[in-house]
Amino acid sequence: MVEFEPKIIAFCCNWCTYAAADIAGTSRIHYPANVRVVRVMCSGMVDPIYILRAFEMGADGVLVAGCHETDCHYLNGPLKCDAMLEKVRSLVSTLGLEKERLRREMIAAAEAPIFARTIEEMVEQLKRLGPSPLREGVKV
Amino acid sequence: MEKIRTGVYICHCGLNIAGTVDVEEVARYAQTLPSVVVARDYHYMCSEPGQTLIKDDIKNLGLNRVVVASCSPRMHEPTFRRACQDAGLNPYLFEQANIREHCSWVHDDRQLATEKAKDLVRAAVRRCALHEPLEIREKPLNPDVLIVGGGIAGIQAALDIANGEHKVYLVEKQPAIGGHMAQLDRTFPTLDCSECILTPKMTEVGQHPFITLLAYSEVEEVAGSVGNFKVRVRKKARYVDEEKCTGCGICEAKCPWKVDSEFEMGLRKRGVIYIPFAQAVPHVATIDKEHCVYFQKGKCRACEKFCDAKAIDFEQKDKIIELEVGSIILTTGYDLFDPRRVPQYGYGKYANVLTALEFERMTCAAGPTGGKILLRNDGREPESVAIIHCVGSRDENYHEYCSRVCCMYALKYAHLIKELTKAEVYQMYIDMRCFGEGFEEFYRRVCDEGVNFIRGKVARVTDEARAEEEQGKLIVVVEDTLLGRVVRVPVDMVILCPALEARSDAECIAKLFTINRRADGFFLERHVKLDPVATATEGIFVAGCCEGPKDIPDAVAQASAAAAKALSVISRGRVIIEPTIANVNEVLCQACGRCEEICDFHAPKVISKNGVRVSRVDAALCKGCGACAVVCPSGAISVRHSTREQISSMIDALLQV
Repeated sequence: MVEFEPKIIAFCCNWCTYAAADIAGTSRIHYPANVRVVRVMCSGMVDPIYILRAFEMGADGVLVAGCHETDCHYLNGPLKCDAMLEKVRSLVSTLGLEKERLRREMIAAAEAPIFARTIEEMVEQLKRLGPSPLREGVKV
Repeated sequence: MEKIRTGVYICHCGLNIAGTVDVEEVARYAQTLPSVVVARDYHYMCSEPGQTLIKDDIKNLGLNRVVVASCSPRMHEPTFRRACQDAGLNPYLFEQANIREHCSWVHDDRQLATEKAKDLVRAAVRRCALHEPLEIREKPLNPDVLIVGGGIAGIQAALDIANGEHKVYLVEKQPAIGGHMAQLDRTFPTLDCSECILTPKMTEVGQHPFITLLAYSEVEEVAGSVGNFKVRVRKKARYVDEEKCTGCGICEAKCPWKVDSEFEMGLRKRGVIYIPFAQAVPHVATIDKEHCVYFQKGKCRACEKFCDAKAIDFEQKDKIIELEVGSIILTTGYDLFDPRRVPQYGYGKYANVLTALEFERMTCAAGPTGGKILLRNDGREPESVAIIHCVGSRDENYHEYCSRVCCMYALKYAHLIKELTKAEVYQMYIDMRCFGEGFEEFYRRVCDEGVNFIRGKVARVTDEARAEEEQGKLIVVVEDTLLGRVVRVPVDMVILCPALEARSDAECIAKLFTINRRADGFFLERHVKLDPVATATEGIFVAGCCEGPKDIPDAVAQASAAAAKALSVISRGRVIIEPTIANVNEVLCQACGRCEEICDFHAPKVISKNGVRVSRVDAALCKGCGACAVVCPSGAISVRHSTREQISSMIDALLQV
């Protein structure tokens, strides 16, 4: 049997986590190819719709990652992002998704190894959880 | 509607991409995507021939969208946007897929990497189709500069800009400029006198035709954005007419009331009406209202009686000054850590435990002891002195950072003590950090002068004698980590080297100017390595110790860097307004004001337009972070170039099976 390969959508802020992912590349820090990064200007720009949309379209996991509170290019983006996620989390569980499928991280530009480790951890965890119940063809 | 015609270009980046990703296969795949007219792969898309490929296709095939799959957009987005623009295509109709940093460099399975590259290209093509042409706008700019803080950094920045014949407003909250540097005696490692090198610069500031000095003033409000800041400054009442005061000092001599001099670190008294120090700029008197008996009890006015210039004005009021400037430099300096917070070192308890700045005044020829090193209880010269490094620095309980200047001034003190007295000197240090020009040489020189170095963090200072030789002494208890044992060093005087810490009002200042702070409280630069004097807010720069502890040469270098940044804003002559900002669909807007509440930059404002209330975004203030779009309940706000449709289209494309 082919091993289940989870699909992860990662919303990464342009200034910190997207840059961290770039530096992971420059430093050749390998991580699983299960992730697709969507560049957003700020983690505070991530709309609840994006997260729900990703799950609806069959993502097994979603990562929302941006600057630490003190590094935000736009001052308070991370706090706004946290406030938004607070609301989305309950919606996610209402949909019958395990809370581990939505992950929030603050990863500074210099923290490329943490970015890579986060993806590794997510892949491992999602493999344990199995495919998202919202995936097409999967019986809930 | 115009038909979308997309060109897709897959870069090999030599073998950087092609080594892991099957670029030909990705190009073949891209060719099958809707709207794609042409898909090519090429060795180096960023090279001149690579760019020409794009330009020619735009012209010959009538492309109206361009997607390049190559490195990170953080690297070459500007390059390819320029190429599009050169070929007559709006640069915002370009999209880049990152198949190097996010794909070929981090994966080794060729098949998986190729599949991922296809996904990223597909998403980029979809999003690109939804791009709209955007125009960069410009608006005029005010060339004047505001500098907040008149220490050495503020002085240097002010002179650099004013010498380029641009107008500078220098705001200083104390009655005179000079900052901490004016209090220093000699400067390491050259031992040149601080006053001698600073005073000419202070005088130049005071007399410069392009500098307006607003001493004894504070910024109260800041509005606007780069090129057009509006700043409200409160010029506090001195109760002395600056124009009439000749600085003769008779008022201070005649003032019957005396309080501790801040400048002399309390080692000397000053009048309640006073000029902070002999070389003060501006050289005018100030009444310290809080301590003035006339203001407290309604009687005295001695100063007024003796002032020939008739400069005393008890009726003077604070003055509000409205300034308009194009850029701002913050040089607000540092506070010295209060060593009372480390009670085991006995500061405040034992008279002969001094802070570095107190000792600095003591060795100064113009200072309270006339440059003599004397014990505070009996006026004798000390026979032994301990200098304790890292008080509040490199200490998890207080500040983890190194304050960068203490090792060197501690060596300077050792040298001066050896020169001026016959005392034994002990340095209690964690590590000696002597990294600047001439520092290591100075360290060696002081070592050769017979100074004792004890490597270890001092546990405590006590006066409890355990042996005959400890009687009447201060005993410094320290573990000598090189010998591996605890030693007790009896001395007459202890000098503490307190940390340089962020100003107690740094948080207010950061809020006022909309900039950020690091966890340690100092102002955060935009990029620690590559943009060290810019801040999160365009047009606001930082220099000197408000950005972190540093010595005079570093503060001066940073000040000149900030001045250069401000001059570069000035010489550009206009403000460029990025088009990738929030935009309100007025038909959908309910004028609920949620956008106004969430925005930290005060960009959206609910206004009345022909009697209808709608939100309007100030393009000069908006940074395009998109927080307003997330909270807008009617979906009326979106950020151009990152609209809901565009991000959603990428999500859909990435998850398409």
